[in-house]
Amino acid sequence: MQNLLQGKALGRTEVEDLVVVPLFAVVMALILGAVTMLATNIDIATIGRSYVALLEGSVGSLNAVSETLTAAAPLILAGLGLALGFRAGLFNIGAEGQIVMGGLAAVVTGFTFDYLPGIVLLPLSLFAGALVGALYASIAGYLRAATGAHEVISTIMLNLISYRLLDYFLSLPYVQQTGRADPISKSVPEAAELPRLLTAIDPNLRVHAGIFLVLIMVGLVYWLLFRSKLGFEFRASGENPKAARFAGMHSGIIIVAAMAAAGALAGLAGANQVLGVLGRATPGFSAGLGFDAIAVALLGRSHPVGVVFAGLLFGALEAGGRQMQVDAGVSIDLIGIIQALIIVFIAAPLLVRAIFPWGFRRKKGGAS
Amino acid sequence: MMNAARASSGNRQSIVTGVILIGLAILFALLLAPDATGDATFRLSTPRDRWIIDPLVVPSGPVIYVIATILAFLGARQFLRGGARWALMSLGIGLAFAVAAFLVWATADKAFSLTGMLQATMVRAVPIALGALAGVLSERVAVVNIAIEGMLLAGAFTGALVGSLAGGIGGLAAAIAVGGLFGFILAALVVTYRMDQIIAGVVINLFVLGLTSYVSSQVFSEYRHLNNAPVFRSIKIPILGDIPVIGPMLFNQNVFVYGALVMVAVSTYYLFHTRHGLRARAVGEHPRAADTLGINVYRTRYINVTLAGMVAGFGGAWFTLGSVGRFDEGMTGGRGFIGLAAMIFGRWHPVGALAAALVFGFADSLQQKLALLQTPIPSEFLAMAPYIVTIIVVAGLVGRARAPAADGKPYVKE
Repeated sequence: MQNLLQGKALGRTEVEDLVVVPLFAVVMALILGAVTMLATNIDIATIGRSYVALLEGSVGSLNAVSETLTAAAPLILAGLGLALGFRAGLFNIGAEGQIVMGGLAAVVTGFTFDYLPGIVLLPLSLFAGALVGALYASIAGYLRAATGAHEVISTIMLNLISYRLLDYFLSLPYVQQTGRADPISKSVPEAAELPRLLTAIDPNLRVHAGIFLVLIMVGLVYWLLFRSKLGFEFRASGENPKAARFAGMHSGIIIVAAMAAAGALAGLAGANQVLGVLGRATPGFSAGLGFDAIAVALLGRSHPVGVVFAGLLFGALEAGGRQMQVDAGVSIDLIGIIQALIIVFIAAPLLVRAIFPWGFRRKKGGAS
Repeated sequence: MMNAARASSGNRQSIVTGVILIGLAILFALLLAPDATGDATFRLSTPRDRWIIDPLVVPSGPVIYVIATILAFLGARQFLRGGARWALMSLGIGLAFAVAAFLVWATADKAFSLTGMLQATMVRAVPIALGALAGVLSERVAVVNIAIEGMLLAGAFTGALVGSLAGGIGGLAAAIAVGGLFGFILAALVVTYRMDQIIAGVVINLFVLGLTSYVSSQVFSEYRHLNNAPVFRSIKIPILGDIPVIGPMLFNQNVFVYGALVMVAVSTYYLFHTRHGLRARAVGEHPRAADTLGINVYRTRYINVTLAGMVAGFGGAWFTLGSVGRFDEGMTGGRGFIGLAAMIFGRWHPVGALAAALVFGFADSLQQKLALLQTPIPSEFLAMAPYIVTIIVVAGLVGRARAPAADGKPYVKE
């Protein structure tokens, strides 16, 4: 796990690793996606049309690009958080729950302090999202550090708990939209919304100021990981926990800090969704973003820049998938299959080599 | 260093246990007991049973005070000399009493079917027990199986699809086969292609979730008859099924409950009393040594992980063929992961896994029945109970239970 999570793949050159393999993985996944469609009795013409729609819906027009960026922003934010955890040797599956809790906190902060001006309220709401996300993730970090409970299981349980907590909070009179019987939160005041950027061109373009947030966070995470002392400690304890401990690093504190940082980013992703796109919290508003973000972090090789590209790809798949559903009538769940296949091919270098032996130079000394 | 750490953690655990128990005692005495009025009635049989037993009627308030006293005593003992030795046992007994007190409080002035809850406990424990058993089988050969959730889901899906076309038995067989297929795929990814075990598991989960959701929205929504499988009915075993209280729980169930019990017995025998089981465990503890002695490590891992997949596939069919006959997207709801927690709780032993699964099944059925009793506790919090129990179990028992030594490590033959 360590090699893959920390961005090194065995027995490959850098170009192969960073360009050829991801490209191969995407193409292979699309081919297998087509096979899946064939198997469910969809004719070739429709398959062609659906892939054309996938392309058009992701980069074919200004609106498509706007949708891609809108979909990519939370994936990149949460993906950065997961990448940070992976570097520290933590396999955090809990981004989903952290997104839910962070988004909920951002909404509640937004409508509670609706008298504040936007310049205060928006940062405050974002901060609330990040803070609650960080706290929620630290539960798993603390359990790992104090008791050794594996973070995979505890974060999954925290995800499931977060859904129930969301349902509960949405039914509270304080949170629930007045006059509504269904569980929907009050709307975020306009001052707390992330402003849309291109409404001057077309009011339907949804791309919003969250993309600046993403850029800032990419820079911040890069600095944190590769230029700061804490980031060095994250990476050191991820690469070799024992050596890090003997070097005098406090593994427990590092685990909690890494989880908290990851949770803060996931919480920001949740805040980004509710403040930029949805305007309120509803049951299941996280829509599986946290799980897609795992794929984004893996595909991006846990490197901030890689995560940006992977997030853009997955955002494009998401936006294009919606177009595909409309144009060709193929369910968007197909995108989930394609995403899973992409990770398989990224994460199993030996499998890729077995399928595609002539594409890679063989290094001396065998596979690994 | 290790010993010192263990001693201090034992000491801390003892104190934590004491604080929890005394805290519960105070909570019960101050909050629950004054609130509980009248008698709590626990029904032990239904009118249709052969032997009718009088319901158990207890005065709710006094019983809660008595339990609070017991809890306080158990808690106080943790602070005395030598308390640490009894920490885990006291905690177990204390929590059992706490649950009992809670039930009495919730049932005050009402009636509650104990038999029904025990039966539901068994039913709800089945997928968790089978998931945990799949975990035991693959972790005993040192393959961490996060993919159980996906295998359960695949089994549920196949059971519904093939069951609709070919009937229940065919659906069950297909579910087992597809579970085995995913077990084989996991083995191939981690053994032959040396993919990281956790990532391979997560990927299988994502893939199965994507595939089943895709087919269910693309095909099932249009062709409803493909998602309408027959359900296996309960089979009552004569005489044994008439035993009061535990009869319906153990001997009046459908094929999945019996299957789970048989599989637990068979895999215990397999792992601990046959040559192949010994080899499997050797591969899990020290693959290099096993290899040196001529055991084929790769083949052993393939076989056991595939078997684990088949067990999980059978468990998955429970969701459709064993209960509703219809597949819904993501219907396993984290049971595979709860199964993993049950495996840890059960100390990587099939019987332990079953016992742990019963605890989870109890938490699951308890929250359902409590929702019916209309307690002031919001239903969302009751629904969290199994997940919180999982976290507590995983946090509380790691370190006490020992995983197979080579667990999670790939083996490269020299």
